[in-house]
Amino acid sequence: MLPGVAIDSASMSVDGNTLLRLTELTVDFASQEGTVHAVNRVSFDVAAGELVGLVGESGCGKSVTANAIIGLTGMVPNAAVSGAIDFLGKDLLTLPEPELRAIRGRDISMIFQDPVTSLNPVLSIERLMTEGLEVHLGLSHGDAVKRSIELLGEVGIPKAANRIKDYPHQFSGGMRQRVMIAIALSCNPKLLLADEPTTALDVTIQAQILRLLKSLSREHEAAVIVITHDLGVVAGMCQRILVMYAGRIVESGPAKPLFARPHHPYTIGLLKSVPRLNEPRADSLQTIMGLPPDLAHLPPGCAFAPRCFLATDECWAAGPELEPTDEGRMSACFHRDQLRAGETEAVA
Amino acid sequence: MSGATVDATGTLGGDTLVRVEDLRVHFPITSGIVFQRKIGAVHAVDGLTFDVLRGETLGLVGESGCGKSTTGRAILQLIRPTTGRVLYEGGDLAHLKGTRLREQRKRMQMIFQDPYASLNSRMTIGDIIGEPLLVHRMGSAKERKAKVRELLETVGINPNTLNRYPHEFSGGQRQRVGIARALAVEPNFIVCDEPISALDVSIRAQIINLLQQLQRDFGLTYLFIAHDLSVVRHISDRVAVMYLGRVVELAENAILYENPMHPYTQALLSAVPIPDPAAEELRRPVVLTGDVPSPVEPPSGCHFHTRCPAAQDGLCDVQDPPLLEVRPGHWAACHLITGADYPHIRAGEDDLAVVAEGGAAA
Repeated sequence: MLPGVAIDSASMSVDGNTLLRLTELTVDFASQEGTVHAVNRVSFDVAAGELVGLVGESGCGKSVTANAIIGLTGMVPNAAVSGAIDFLGKDLLTLPEPELRAIRGRDISMIFQDPVTSLNPVLSIERLMTEGLEVHLGLSHGDAVKRSIELLGEVGIPKAANRIKDYPHQFSGGMRQRVMIAIALSCNPKLLLADEPTTALDVTIQAQILRLLKSLSREHEAAVIVITHDLGVVAGMCQRILVMYAGRIVESGPAKPLFARPHHPYTIGLLKSVPRLNEPRADSLQTIMGLPPDLAHLPPGCAFAPRCFLATDECWAAGPELEPTDEGRMSACFHRDQLRAGETEAVA
Repeated sequence: MSGATVDATGTLGGDTLVRVEDLRVHFPITSGIVFQRKIGAVHAVDGLTFDVLRGETLGLVGESGCGKSTTGRAILQLIRPTTGRVLYEGGDLAHLKGTRLREQRKRMQMIFQDPYASLNSRMTIGDIIGEPLLVHRMGSAKERKAKVRELLETVGINPNTLNRYPHEFSGGQRQRVGIARALAVEPNFIVCDEPISALDVSIRAQIINLLQQLQRDFGLTYLFIAHDLSVVRHISDRVAVMYLGRVVELAENAILYENPMHPYTQALLSAVPIPDPAAEELRRPVVLTGDVPSPVEPPSGCHFHTRCPAAQDGLCDVQDPPLLEVRPGHWAACHLITGADYPHIRAGEDDLAVVAEGGAAA
């Protein structure tokens, strides 16, 4: 069932344990200004129960990747999706809509960024919670309500039984995000896509939600892909990190070594441009010069070359492929060996 | 300078540029259509006192809804304070009106959070930056144009683009336009209201560096409002932490971040994610339970007592803790720090997490 071209998959996860495998996923949007290459030949694996962080700036294609996995890009008329998304032996891109609908919300579920706009304001929490349980698991309404109350308690909503008849506007932002997590977990999904799950929340609430996600994924044995622009959010939570830039994965690997010594200049730039609480204050911050490229008019070579401190003629001519560097790590940079050996630190 | 004795005066040896005294901003909640009855009030800012020293950056941090943006606006009189005074170089702004207020506004400007919403999309960036000069009748048309070009250059935008419209620029460049507009009338004091939160990670550092450069070049004083504690630590000389309309702790940057005293500051700092998995593993986070209460009916006594891990019944839920100087230059509003029974906390030997654990065991 597995597609034949799995060699350049951005993961070294244990065989047989693979839950999700993306192979050369490409998403293009037709626009007046030409074709926008939102996601460009993205390949990676997610193992069962694994916590993966997908990191990048706005417009790098991280949300489009998530939407493609859950089958939302298929509904966009100007989107062209190619490649393969293999989920437990089924290619989600070729699956007919009824079968996809059976997977969506049950085996794969999603938490959206904005808890204020992603819960339907005219439906009660009871309706929002029980819908999935009744449709996917075939529970009776009474059982679904009972299960919903348990789930709401599990995500930390006090007096859940009294609040199940309430509407979303009667909850605070953090509480709404908890409701969304409860809905997402209600059918015991194998994969949870969390698209900027804490961006709309305050730091103290963010800490609560991240802890909750981590412990719930352990209890429910669900794999989680956390999509974020905040490197700090994934540092404490995820085992493996994928860094995206201009529609491509530019670096991937286990969190600790990746943060300690990145093998791609963009990752280096991202890490250096944010001040950290655990380091002495610097006079000025290091910046990544320039702007992210226009996805409709990508440069012929490496998309990061115009902003890169290491760029050479080679980088302007052709784009580097994602290739292995160290154990479980990959980098899409012609200078990966230099970065791996730490020869570039003086320049950076 | 006013003769009133106030808390939280400066200690950096600099002189006070802006002094906020017992500032309160309450937004009325009304009911009815024609005859609107007042049925309550949102206590957005609830008794705030602090100084901003000449040439410094005072960071104002807190979670959403704590009143930090309202504070910035009330200082500039964009929202009129309900009570309290705002002294700019000793003169009270809260009672100024019309031309006299406008005269003062020349010296105080604001940089807004959202570079998409804060620039008029139907004006060219040249007109946007030149408008404050026009309003304040500064210079002839020719001089104004020269000034606009100079400002664009200062903030790092090609001056030949002054006839373009905001939509032709990226978020970071628009924020630079917003900064140029604030600089146009040559102010001394700028309120930066979350100037980088709407920007992408790789662009934020560019704007922070620009703000610091401008401060050095023009001797500016900043009130830097933000929720990102790492950024505030990077840019500020002193930091004030707000919770539900009040300052709970104020100290020099290094002191506040290395030795936070107030339990809220401690929790806030421990919740900031660090982009380093090795460091994250070693941290002992103080995770607060619950949400920030509503500012419509703030909790009695210390506003933080409902979420405080160290709160003491009969004290914290009854009495308002005053903002007192605990150590030189370090102000805190917490009974457990300022009270006579807790000298070991004041001395920095224990933190409040220890008190909380001890209290639970006892």
